[in-house]
Amino acid sequence: MLRISRVTRQFGSVAALSDVSFDVAAGERVALLGHNGAGKSTLMKIVLGLIPATSGSVSVAGHAPGSRAARDLTAYLPENVAFHPALTGREQLRFYLRMKGEPPKAAEGLLERVGLGHAIDRRIGTYSKGMRQRVGLAQALIGRPRLMILDEPTSGLDPVSRREFYAILDELAKGGAAILLSSHALTEVEARTDRIAILSRGILVANDTIAALRRGAGLPIQLQVAARPETADEVAERLAGVRVNGRRVDVTCEPDDKLDRLGKIAGLGHLVDDVEVVPPSLEDIYSHFSRLADRREGRA
Amino acid sequence: MSRVLAAAGAEFRIALRNRWVTIAVAMMALFAAVLSAAGSAPTGQLGADKLSVTVASLTSLAVYLVPLIALLMSFDAIAGEVERGTLPLILTYPVARWQLLAGKFLAHLGILALSVVVGYGIAAAAAFWFDPRAGAGLAALFRLTWTSLLLGAAFLGIGYAISAFARRPGAAAGLVIGLWLVLIVLYDLGLLAAVVADAGGTFTRAVFPWLLLANPADAFRLYNLAASEATAVAAGIGGAAGAIPPARALASLVLWAVAAFAFGVAAFRRVTP
Repeated sequence: MLRISRVTRQFGSVAALSDVSFDVAAGERVALLGHNGAGKSTLMKIVLGLIPATSGSVSVAGHAPGSRAARDLTAYLPENVAFHPALTGREQLRFYLRMKGEPPKAAEGLLERVGLGHAIDRRIGTYSKGMRQRVGLAQALIGRPRLMILDEPTSGLDPVSRREFYAILDELAKGGAAILLSSHALTEVEARTDRIAILSRGILVANDTIAALRRGAGLPIQLQVAARPETADEVAERLAGVRVNGRRVDVTCEPDDKLDRLGKIAGLGHLVDDVEVVPPSLEDIYSHFSRLADRREGRA
Repeated sequence: MSRVLAAAGAEFRIALRNRWVTIAVAMMALFAAVLSAAGSAPTGQLGADKLSVTVASLTSLAVYLVPLIALLMSFDAIAGEVERGTLPLILTYPVARWQLLAGKFLAHLGILALSVVVGYGIAAAAAFWFDPRAGAGLAALFRLTWTSLLLGAAFLGIGYAISAFARRPGAAAGLVIGLWLVLIVLYDLGLLAAVVADAGGTFTRAVFPWLLLANPADAFRLYNLAASEATAVAAGIGGAAGAIPPARALASLVLWAVAAFAFGVAAFRRVTP
C-alpha cells in the first residue's frame, strides 16, 4: 500500500532523512520510533505530499504522494492536532466529511465511535486535549481510508482511551488498512503493532518484527526468581544472581542460555516459590539500535 | 463546488461566532446613519434628488470603509490557519488550495454584501423619508452597491496574498493596515501634490489619469461619480478626472478583483505547511 524507497530530505546542509526505504502492506500496522528530531514527522509529511523529498520516491498504492488519488486514499492525524475553536465538534466533522466528498450526516456516528457523543454540539474551544485528539481520530476515520498516517496518536490520551484507540486501529487493520504510526510510548506499541521501524538521526536503523529485533539485538534476558522466605541469600549464591530484596533474586543470561538456567532454577525445588522471564524491553532494543547507529556513524 | 461551499459555510460560521459579521454590519450601518443625518439639510438649489446626493456621499464613505473591512477580514485567512496549526491537516484532504481560498472568499464577500446592503439601505431609507423624488437615484444606488462588492473583492484578494506572504497573523495585520494607508489615504494625497506642482503640465494630462485608474479605490470612485448625475456635488479629484471614460474605470475595477484573487491563490500555493 505504501512504498518508501531511498528517500532523502535535506534542510539546508542538514540531512533530516537519509536513504530511508521500507514498505507498509495492506492490513499491516507499523510503528515508527525515534527520538525527537529523528525525522519521523518529516517522513510522514513527505508520505502525505506536504513537503517534497530531496531524492528518492514514495508511492501510495501506485500514486504519487499528494496527488488527488493518493489523498483520496489517505487519512492523517497530525501531532498536536488543532481545530478552529469557534466550531462545534459536529460542525468541524461535517466540514471534513464534505471535504472528503462524504455525506455530512456521518458526523454523529463518527463522533460517537470515538466517545464524543456527549460533547458533539459543544465548541471545540471548550474541549480538553484528549477530546481534541479524539476529534482528530474521528476525522481520520472518514471514508474507510486505505492508508493511515498517525503522528503520536495517543499523546494526551488516558490509558482507557488508549485501549479504545488501539481497538479501533485493530478493526481498521482487519479491514485491510495500512497503518503507519509514530510513538514515544514504546511499551504500548509493542503489543499493538506488527512491525517496528526505528529512525535515528534520519537513518533507518531497524525494520522488523519485535521478536526478530529481540533476536537480532541479542540482549540479555532477565529471570526474576522469587525465593521462599529466608532462602534468598542461598538462592542468589547457587544461581550466581543478584539479591534485589528479601525475596527476589535477579539472574541475567544470554537468550541461548535461557532454558538451561530455567532448568537450574527448577532444580532448586522447595527453595524457589516462582520465576518470571523478562525479555529485553522495547526501550532496551530501541537504545541498542540507536547506539549501534551512533557508533557506526562515529566510525564513518 | 460542494467543497468550496463547505469551506464557505465553515468560514461564515466562524465569522459569525467571532462577531465579525456583527462588527462589519454595525460599522457600515453606523457610518451610513451618521452620513444621512449630516446630509439631511435641504439641497434644493442643486436640482438633484436626495438619493443621488446620498449616493455621492456614500461613495466617498465606501472608498474608505469597504477596503478596510475587506482587509480586516482577509488578513487572518491563511496566516491564522498556519498559526493555529490547522493548515497541514486540511491540505492532506482531496481539495485544491484554490477551492479552500474560494470558499473563504465567498464567505467574506457575503459578509461584505450584507454590511453594504444594510448600510446603504439605511441611507436610502433616510433619503426617501426626506425627498419623495428619491426614486430617481435608485439606479445610482444599485450601481454603487455592486461596484462596492467589486472593490471589496479586490481588497479581499490582496489581503489573502498578504496573509500567505506574511505567514504570521500579527505581521499580516500590520501589513494590511499599512497597505490601506498607502492605497487609500496617501496615494490620493501624493497625486494631488503632484498635480499641484505640475500645474497642468504633461504629468497632469498624460500620466495622472492612468495613475488614477491603477488604484482600485480611485477607479471605484471615478466610475461611480462619472456615471452619476451628482458629479457636481462631489468634492476632491472628481473634476480633474472628468476626461477618463467610465468604462475604463470599471475595467480596472474588474481586472483588480480577478487579478487580486489569482494573486492570493498564487501566494497560497507557495506556503509550505
